[in-house]
This record gives sequence, C-alpha cells and structure tokens, in this order.
Amino acid sequence: MKHLLSTADLTRDEALHILDTAQEMAKTQEREVRKLPTLRGKTVVNLFFEDSTRTRISFEVAAKRLSADVINFSAKGSSVSKGESLKDTALTLEAMGSDGIVIRHSASGAAERLATSGWIQGSVVNAGDGTHQHPTQALLDAFTIRRHLGERSDSTGLDGLTVTLVGDILHSRVARSNIHLLTTLGASVVLVAPPTLLPIGVETWPVRVAHTLDEALDAFDIDALMMLRIQLERMSGGGAAFFPSPAEYSRLLGLDAARLARLPSHAIIMHPGPMNRGLEISAEAADSPRSVIVEQVSNGVAVRMAVLYLLLAGEAEL
Amino acid sequence: MTGAVMDAPDMARALTRIAHEILERNGGASGIVLLGIPTRGLPLAKRLAARIAAVEPGFDAEACTGAIDITMYRDDLRRQPTRSIGETTLPQAGIDDEVVVLVDDVFHTGRTVRAALDAVKDVGRPRSVQLAVLVDRGHRELPIRADYVGKNLPTAQAEKVRVMLDEIDGEDAVVIERPDAGGEG
Repeated sequence: MKHLLSTADLTRDEALHILDTAQEMAKTQEREVRKLPTLRGKTVVNLFFEDSTRTRISFEVAAKRLSADVINFSAKGSSVSKGESLKDTALTLEAMGSDGIVIRHSASGAAERLATSGWIQGSVVNAGDGTHQHPTQALLDAFTIRRHLGERSDSTGLDGLTVTLVGDILHSRVARSNIHLLTTLGASVVLVAPPTLLPIGVETWPVRVAHTLDEALDAFDIDALMMLRIQLERMSGGGAAFFPSPAEYSRLLGLDAARLARLPSHAIIMHPGPMNRGLEISAEAADSPRSVIVEQVSNGVAVRMAVLYLLLAGEAEL
Repeated sequence: MTGAVMDAPDMARALTRIAHEILERNGGASGIVLLGIPTRGLPLAKRLAARIAAVEPGFDAEACTGAIDITMYRDDLRRQPTRSIGETTLPQAGIDDEVVVLVDDVFHTGRTVRAALDAVKDVGRPRSVQLAVLVDRGHRELPIRADYVGKNLPTAQAEKVRVMLDEIDGEDAVVIERPDAGGEG
C-alpha cells in the first residue's frame, strides 16, 4: 500500500490487516512508555485546508507515538491564504522533504490529485476530502465495532452485524467511507435519513434505507447505531433547504432516551464528532454507558498509527 | 538441497536441558518470566515453561509466559517491505523486577535480540534479561551472546536454518537449507 485515499480501494484482506495492526498498536498505548521508535527519522506533514480538531490532533499524536517528526500546516496563517495553489504548496513541502502527507481539503478528490499528480514522492493519507471520503474515520469505526461486537460476528470481519447510519448521509464523507468499508467487511448497512438528505442514486448502493429512526428501530436488529453530524457548513442555503426545522429533525431522527431504550441491549452508540447535542443526539444517549464515542477517539490514534506504520515503515515503493 | 540437523527427540532433550539450566542458574523458578519472540519463539517459551512447571510445582507456566513482538524495533524496517506486527502479550503482573528470559528459535546476527532488548525496556524494568535459543548458528554482527543454547550449529552465511515446530508447522525439526548451485539463495 502506497497511499490511503478511499476505503473503496481496500480489499477485505487489506482492511483486516490494518485493523489487526491497529489492535497491536492499541496495546502499546496501554503501556507506561507509549512511544515506539518505529518511524524515527521520517517526517509526516499534516496538511489541513479545512478546520479539524480531533482528526488533526489524532494524526499528530499517532505520528509522534511512532517517533516521526510532525509538521502541522493549516491553511489559516499560511501562504494558502495569500492564494497559493495546492500544487505549489505540495512542491514546497516536497522540497523540504516529507515522507507522508496527511491531507484534509474541502474539495472532493484533493487527496487523489495530490497522490497521482507526480508533485510528491511520499505517501498520501486522505483525512477527509469534501463530501467524498474519510477512510481513517471508517477504519476506526470498524475497529470500534469489531472490538465491541466482534464475537457476535461469524468471521474475523463484521459478517452478520447490522450497522445503521443516521442523519445527513448526503454531505457525509464519513458515511461514504463507512458504507464501502462495512460492506467489504461483511456488515449489512442501513441508512436512515429523509429523502432530502440521501444522495441521488442511493437505491443502487448496497444498503437498506429507512426515513425515520423509529421506522428503522422497528424494522431492523441494530448492532451499532452511528449518528452523523448535520453538516450545516456544506448545506447551500443552510439547513432550511434540507429539513424544515431542527426540532423536526430531532423528532424524526434524533437519538433520545426513549429510542435508546428500544435498541437491543448489546447495541453500541457511535458518533464521529463533533456532536450537536440536543439535535442529532441527546445528552442521555451521548453519555450513556452504551455510547462508545469517547473510545472512538482513542481508537482513532491506534488506527492512524497502523496506517502510518503500514504506509511509511517499509522500503519506499516506487 | 536440505539436511535435517535436529529431530523431535533432539529438540525435546535440548529444551529439557535448557529448562534445567535456567533453574540452576537462577536458583529456582521464582521471579522467572519467559518471553517468546514471535513467531516461533512463542511456542518454544511455552514448552520451556511447561518443563519448568513439571519440576517446580510452584511455577505457574501460564502466568509467567508471554510474547514480545520486536517488529517495530527492528533496525532494517526501511530496507524491507512492510512487515506485519506480531502479538505482544505480557504476564498480568508485568515484568518489573523479574528475571526475563527471552526465547527465540534461531540466534544469528543478534539484531533481533538487540531489538528485543529495546522492546523489553519499553514495557518494564526487569531485574535481569537472559537469552535462550534453540539453535545458535553464529555470524554475530553485534556484541550479544546467548545464556542458554540448544545446539551450536556452524553454518555458512548463504545457508538458511529453518526451525519447524509442531504448533505451527505440524512437525518438530531443524533443517539447514543450502542454496542450490545456480539456484536462488
């Protein structure tokens, strides 16, 4: 593996290899000395053109735990705000010597452009491009699901499990990445969203669809419930173009205490963060013992360590 | 061309002797932790633990055996395709102030053991670290020696020593593989 751009590129074996590697990485994070010498002398650049707290910090922690040098680059306060192009930024970073670039960009396809343009030699990790892909988020979600529900699966993957994604599927790269990866790993995927928040052509996807959370709770045995954030920043015309009011969204799709109680007792609650408490998820649900939202964050570090290790540790692929 | 240099009874005798040497050297089994280096060091560590438990009834073989993966501590990572990471499982009680016996199948350049010493350092501070190997084939590249050796096996650099274990390979044997003339080494 040279780059990680999309979960659609991952075979089942590759995905399982990343998850197994992440499992060993997670164990090292329980030690007193959590730092490993593995990527000593390698440089990882976090190239963030879009705001992010947890993903950037997570990649930074992951790289540092593997002893790589980390350079954080955010568009604010850089030459990008003076109008520098992605290409010139990439060439500059290349000239300074970087082994891996972690990129987040508001344009779908930015990571792929960077990886395939020939501007840089190193590996590219997509940390979110527009409404397209966010593969490490999907991997950490799969890792979290496997950790909690793995013994319910009929395989080392997620076969036999039902994972339900609720909310703004249309604008969600997390949803797209998850649908590919979960399907590759054998889980069956249910999407819950009003028609306005579902992409065109969703009927051709390998998923089942419900329009309200109550309908989904009635129709499916849900093992993992993934609440998505409403991405107001990606909605042209604001939320009003997609749903009548926040109160209505909450009423049809929000996870509250009553709906939480209707889930099977083993089911886990997930959210990629940042949460809009009171909108897509109530405080009772977010803070309930079945919520694994905080654990998702620490699993994110292990998964990103695994990805950086697998991309950067070996001899350079040409 | 290959030749078997140890068969199952040879290996069993060597391991029994090593188990007794470990007990003799340390004056008993108290405080001993056996850490196998994956892949084949791990079953060897388990076999040694079982032999120690057979003569020292107070020794809990299960609780005093673990695995320590050294992949992320290797000094040749960037020269090779990415390696898979093996498992690390430490005894519940940890290894602080214990006598750690590292167990591996083949002792060659010493680089694996150097990496293992680094890995041990990151998971605790044992009282001392000793090294047990089934086969010492020579050609050290670092100033490292073994405390317990099953068999000293003089080899040529080009030869490969392969240890096969029942737990993994379905049989017990140590084999030298010589590169065929004109074939791949």
